[in-house]
Amino acid sequence: MNRLLPWPLLSLVLWLTWLGLNNTVHPAHLALGAGIAVLLPLAIGRFLPELPRLGHPLVMLRLLVTVLGDIVVANLQVARRILGPESALKSAFVLVPLDLRHPLGIATLAGIVTLTPGTVSADLSDDGGSLLVHALHVDDEARLVRTIKQRYEAPLRAIFP
Amino acid sequence: MLGTLLDFVIAAMLVTGGAFALLGSIGLAKFGDFYRRLHGPTKATTLGVGSALIASALWFSTRGAGVSLHELLITLFLVLTAPVSAQQLARAARRRDATARQDDAG
Repeated sequence: MNRLLPWPLLSLVLWLTWLGLNNTVHPAHLALGAGIAVLLPLAIGRFLPELPRLGHPLVMLRLLVTVLGDIVVANLQVARRILGPESALKSAFVLVPLDLRHPLGIATLAGIVTLTPGTVSADLSDDGGSLLVHALHVDDEARLVRTIKQRYEAPLRAIFP
Repeated sequence: MLGTLLDFVIAAMLVTGGAFALLGSIGLAKFGDFYRRLHGPTKATTLGVGSALIASALWFSTRGAGVSLHELLITLFLVLTAPVSAQQLARAARRRDATARQDDAG
């Protein structure tokens, strides 16, 4: 089991993705997809970071809902800023110190920061200890850092121990 | 009756999606600073494309061909790839700025 399927979750996702791409549950595609789901992880396995034991499905769900809601709210805010005068913008680079250590967790956090409009992850420090975020408009940098850490990083720390 | 209502919802989602894609493009065209311009396209890929995808999923799922899953996958792929390209652009710009500063100093 473990030799053939070292990343069972990844294999499952690949299989479901294949079936979704073809929008079918035809037996031929079930078999072909299963083949891909087994072979692909074996081929790329050396490049994958070690997957942590992902727990806390409830925390994940709550984070997903939070992020989706924030995307809508922040989109409206940024829309107003785009239509307003550029001289009113106070853009800044903000350094967010990270307590999150797992590479996949940091990647997820960087992705969330970029997807919630108004902030874009620009870079990660060489030691992986802080994330450089560009904010389109920021009045209070300390509050932005606090928001990112509390809203997104805290749940991610529970998901990626 | 229900069909008409659904058509209205789908049309509203398409208009919303189009409006946000347009706003994102305006941001990209209008701002003078590279990092500010990055914010426009990241918006267009979230709410803009998101609305269009919801409209598409509603339309095709109610036309008898069964539930349409492609939109879910498109969302997944976009969410995975959009931040990576934005971050790579920002990193490249920062390297370029750093090099320019070094040239100025030296």
